[in-house]
Amino acid sequence: MSTRLPQGGRLIDRKSALEFNWNGTRLMGYAGDTLASALLANNQTLIGRSFKYHRPRGILASGPEEPNALVGLGQGASFEPNQRTTTTELFTDLSATSQNAWPSVHFDIMGFNRILSRVFPAGFYYKTFLFPRFAWKHLFEPVIRRAAGLGAAPKTPDADRYEYFYATVDMLIIGGGIAGLAAALRAGRAGARVLLLEQTAHWGGRAPVDGAEINGAAAQDWINTTLAELDGMPNVTLKNRTMGAGVYDHGWATGYERLTDHAPKAAGPRHRLWRIRAKRIISATGAVERPLSFAGNDIPGVMLASAVRDYLINYATSCGDRLVLATNNDDGYRTALAQHAAGLTVAAVIDARASAAGDLPQQVRALGIPVHTGRAIAAAKGNKYLKAVTICAQAGEGAVLETIPCDVLAMSGGWSPIVHLWSHCGGKLHWDATQAMFRPDPMRPPLGADGTGFVHVAGSANGHLDAASVLKDGFDIGTLATKEAGFKAGPALKDMATSTPEHPIEPIWQMPQGMGPKKQMKTFLDYQNDVKVSDVRLAAREGYESVEHTKRYTTLGMATDQGKLSNINGLAILADSLNAEIPDVGTTTFRPPYHPISMGSIAGDARGELFKPVRQSPIHNWIADNGGFFEPVADWRRPYCYQRTDESVSEAVTREILNTRKNIGLLDASTLGKIIVKGPDAGRFMDMMYTNMMSTLKVGKCRYGLMCTENGFLSDDGVVARLDSDTFLCHTTSGGSDRIHAWMEEWLQTEWWDWQVYTANVTEQYAQIAVVGPKARHLLEKLGGMDVSGENLPFMGFLDGEIGGIKARAFRISFSGELSYEIAVPASDGQAFWDMCIEAGAEFGLQPYGTECLHVMRAEKGFIMIGDETDGTVIPQDLGLSWAISKKKEDFLGKRAQLRPHMQDPDRWRLVGLRPVNDGEIIPDGAYAVDGTIRENGVKNMIGRVTSTYYSPTLGHGIAMGLVQNGPERMGEQIDFPTLDGKMIRATICDPVFYDPEGALQNV
Amino acid sequence: MLHLTCPNCGQMVDETDLHAGGQAHITRHGAGASDADFEDYLFMRKNPKGVHFERWRHVYGCGKWFHAARCTTTLQVFGTYSAQTLTPPKPLITKIKKLRPEWEGFEK
Amino acid sequence: MSSVTVLQGAGFDGAIEIRDAGLLGMITLRGDLASPTLNAAVKTATGTAPPEMGQIVHADAQSCAWMSPDELMIFAPYAQADEITAQITGDLADHHALAVNVSDARAVFDLSGNAIRDVLSKGTPVDLSPDALGLNVVRRTRLGQVAVAFWFTSETTARLVCFRSVGAYMLTWLSTAADPAAQVDYH
Repeated sequence: MSTRLPQGGRLIDRKSALEFNWNGTRLMGYAGDTLASALLANNQTLIGRSFKYHRPRGILASGPEEPNALVGLGQGASFEPNQRTTTTELFTDLSATSQNAWPSVHFDIMGFNRILSRVFPAGFYYKTFLFPRFAWKHLFEPVIRRAAGLGAAPKTPDADRYEYFYATVDMLIIGGGIAGLAAALRAGRAGARVLLLEQTAHWGGRAPVDGAEINGAAAQDWINTTLAELDGMPNVTLKNRTMGAGVYDHGWATGYERLTDHAPKAAGPRHRLWRIRAKRIISATGAVERPLSFAGNDIPGVMLASAVRDYLINYATSCGDRLVLATNNDDGYRTALAQHAAGLTVAAVIDARASAAGDLPQQVRALGIPVHTGRAIAAAKGNKYLKAVTICAQAGEGAVLETIPCDVLAMSGGWSPIVHLWSHCGGKLHWDATQAMFRPDPMRPPLGADGTGFVHVAGSANGHLDAASVLKDGFDIGTLATKEAGFKAGPALKDMATSTPEHPIEPIWQMPQGMGPKKQMKTFLDYQNDVKVSDVRLAAREGYESVEHTKRYTTLGMATDQGKLSNINGLAILADSLNAEIPDVGTTTFRPPYHPISMGSIAGDARGELFKPVRQSPIHNWIADNGGFFEPVADWRRPYCYQRTDESVSEAVTREILNTRKNIGLLDASTLGKIIVKGPDAGRFMDMMYTNMMSTLKVGKCRYGLMCTENGFLSDDGVVARLDSDTFLCHTTSGGSDRIHAWMEEWLQTEWWDWQVYTANVTEQYAQIAVVGPKARHLLEKLGGMDVSGENLPFMGFLDGEIGGIKARAFRISFSGELSYEIAVPASDGQAFWDMCIEAGAEFGLQPYGTECLHVMRAEKGFIMIGDETDGTVIPQDLGLSWAISKKKEDFLGKRAQLRPHMQDPDRWRLVGLRPVNDGEIIPDGAYAVDGTIRENGVKNMIGRVTSTYYSPTLGHGIAMGLVQNGPERMGEQIDFPTLDGKMIRATICDPVFYDPEGALQNV
Repeated sequence: MLHLTCPNCGQMVDETDLHAGGQAHITRHGAGASDADFEDYLFMRKNPKGVHFERWRHVYGCGKWFHAARCTTTLQVFGTYSAQTLTPPKPLITKIKKLRPEWEGFEK
Repeated sequence: MSSVTVLQGAGFDGAIEIRDAGLLGMITLRGDLASPTLNAAVKTATGTAPPEMGQIVHADAQSCAWMSPDELMIFAPYAQADEITAQITGDLADHHALAVNVSDARAVFDLSGNAIRDVLSKGTPVDLSPDALGLNVVRRTRLGQVAVAFWFTSETTARLVCFRSVGAYMLTWLSTAADPAAQVDYH
């Protein structure tokens, strides 16, 4: 029976009772409880079922190392699986449910897996589900998927919000126990900027629980004084409920702050991910107690000795009336003392060591508690609840000497320093045989940008287990790090801690030492993944010598607790099986985060509206208000079409095309990139950037240009205007503005830095509006202010001036084949100019059009589109653009590459038009052409592919462009395109210019 | 996450404000280059375990390129310097030799 | 006047006050910042010599910010931007330089309140402590997911500039970061 004691509990507030729900039952706890302590206080010791065998499991630990007591927390949009009861603070109306159990935790159908555990050894899946092949997908996987899985995934989007916070500090100290506080005091007094993180809601760590004294008084007094002093320092920031999650290169670290988990109705973000840059990091993360490995060590009621003590002292919660302590060290005896002090029974202490003569064992003996040395737990007895333990000699194979009834078994296998943060970024460990622990090797720290170590470890995390050494180490390491961060450390601090001296531990890796296979199969190393001693021994027998391989084969340490409790015990068993020393087997890699953090905190504010910045043109809001059917174009949103209420998207596109070709269409082309290139060497530079000869372009004129990578492939295209003798304005594709500007700057800064050229990206300075169609000139004449006649502003010319009272630059360029002007006005005037066009254009039948209309019209004209006709493997010569490649220029980017034999191969697929033989048909986008032959590898021989394909309302039939082997030499031939539904579309190879091949319409 | 000083604006910059540009000090071979030179220029890159010279652009800041000398195994940064140079500065090379006596020296 | 900023006056009041700075003249000037002619041209345009590396200087209605080793940005009343661009271009006619009016390419925010450093720290890795980023130091960096420049004009006022196309994103981002229920109280 676990229960609440009538007195005590340093962390709970008995005046503040809270109600909460556990598996549908209303229970009561206190403010300050964790969910684990509140459940224990209500005699709830069976919490869930294990992952693989569905064994009944209870609460094992009292902190983030808890492997068993995971629950589903919250409901609906706030539901989260796999939440640890031990790190969940209790709040009113908290709602939690058991996991991996159906229909209930007390009667779980999948519990039959327990009986089958003999046939589920390590590597079971690898060995079993190989044959027949089809069976995996149709038989095994569906069954396993239903049975496996840790918790249930939430079904609705997360209702909470999350954020980041960046902090730059001299010193980041992780862990608010006495070592961390001591280090913070040292650094804070020296004037360093200090950020001190503590994962729980409380400061001080274990010292107050374990009865340490500082300066002759209770440790809590010193903790309170120190906190008050630190709190008063403007250069020190204290953050509780914030876990140091990871340490990364160059002093980078993350902290995971849980703002509202304990108060879910509070406003604001739920979690805040601190992204910290620190000169020095001190990891004062403490140590974690190891379980002992004996048969039945996972039965609810078997707990870590330190956890039993925590529940007694912190939460006034008894884990059982009648306790047996199993230990291999003196520290465990503190639990016996605490149990006794609470007025509860300690039935016996089972100490595996040959003798127990330290002060703590003597104190226990003095209370009349039987202490059995050289003894071990033969087995824990019980099913859903611990009922008794059987005792044997540690030396033998487990012959039972005695049975002791009990309802809680506290076990202490010694302590492992929490070295994760030291190790995340490469800090190395050494094996301390005396204390049986891996501890940080200060000679091999993680290295920072300056080549020196930037992480220190202090206190228990550094292998110091008694309060006196812990406090001293905190001061010492704090002093060292303070100096390294560039501060004077000031006079030494004289605070001294005292605690009862302890005799050495004796490493015990399994109980009893000679346990046979039957016991091994009931002795759990990794509780969460159900990995037993027998699994690790089997892996060793099967040849898994590397700890990393054994980990993956057995899944030891691969659960959400990342093996905090199991790794050392597991590798000790592996070392024993391999007849090797523990340090020779080594540890697995420690990877961040130390403890699972929410996905939401990793995403931060990048959700919903802020998921990704959407670039908006100056006309964006009008488009949104007027039927714009948006599509993403690079980071922009552009209207695919303007859909009216009574029409479909494709009807809208057809309407826009026909209207533009008949009247006027208005296109928001503001997203096109615009880059100014100016300087005495601008012409020379332009000739290198473009395949064309740009230096000969006359002032006031425009020229279509191509840009290639150094690999020869086409990367961007656009119209270049020469503004004056040494100034060019380069238009790029919508997606290309930043990329091409960066490309130009890269060449200017890193290759031709002696050339006198400046660039400026003026893409967003202008709203650029295309006025397109046979009546385009009428509209501009009506708006007035600029002579846009064919004589004054001929095709491929531009003019600066004013239109309709707005400063404008008008380009006579056409991407549609129609009479067309692109008018650039200041972005701030873009909406006004657009409104003016819409209003004045009404009498000419003006309608806005979207990108699909643009695409169809350009395809009707045979104009290529970067990203459709190009895919990073296409050179301009493939697209019939040889006319735009200067033969006179000595060099340009991509020229050398285009001279390679493969680029010159006459068999390259080249651009042609494709007209389906049946007018009603449209070739699917991306379709491949076949010639009916079969290649050596058995696939159909492909001789081309479609790059753009549309229905042309102008022409009344399907049109397409594609790259076809020897295409331009095969005009008039018919080729076949198989479709996904098994049909074949036949098309005639033709000129890609389907509409107005002479260009008469655009040049009027 | 790397933390580099941009020599163009003097700021300490997080990796997320930078754009990595690969190996530094590559000689461009354009039109007229031999196949071997062109292959070298376009495709061949060092992959050293240890001292490496690389290009970075302070893309979210001043927009300028710079060079960094860095150890690829420990991530120690030996120094950052101008992008407008064909070889690393001599004092930097001296410094690296002192820190990494086994280093064979800068080779283009 | 038909000219409008992207924000069109929108703002937010929370942990800090966020305001549309309104139409502003902005001129990008690229050139040799050590050149006396360029310095003289800037002085004529703004009434002050160009700033030191990483700074912004103010004079009456004009300001001049250091953007990169060969780039300044001049701030002036919106209506004067063309005129100033022409003046600088004329003054530097015989020099290799580029002056271009970019007044319409950006969104400009005026921030005020005690928590500006905390709010910005939610989105940029820059060390924003007063010691590291003093007054009138221009910092170009990333905020949220977009490029920005900002500087403090006093401990409780700052100006922030980003590209026009992401002005709406930036307003939403800033308003979210300035949620009064999400104050960090760090700086």
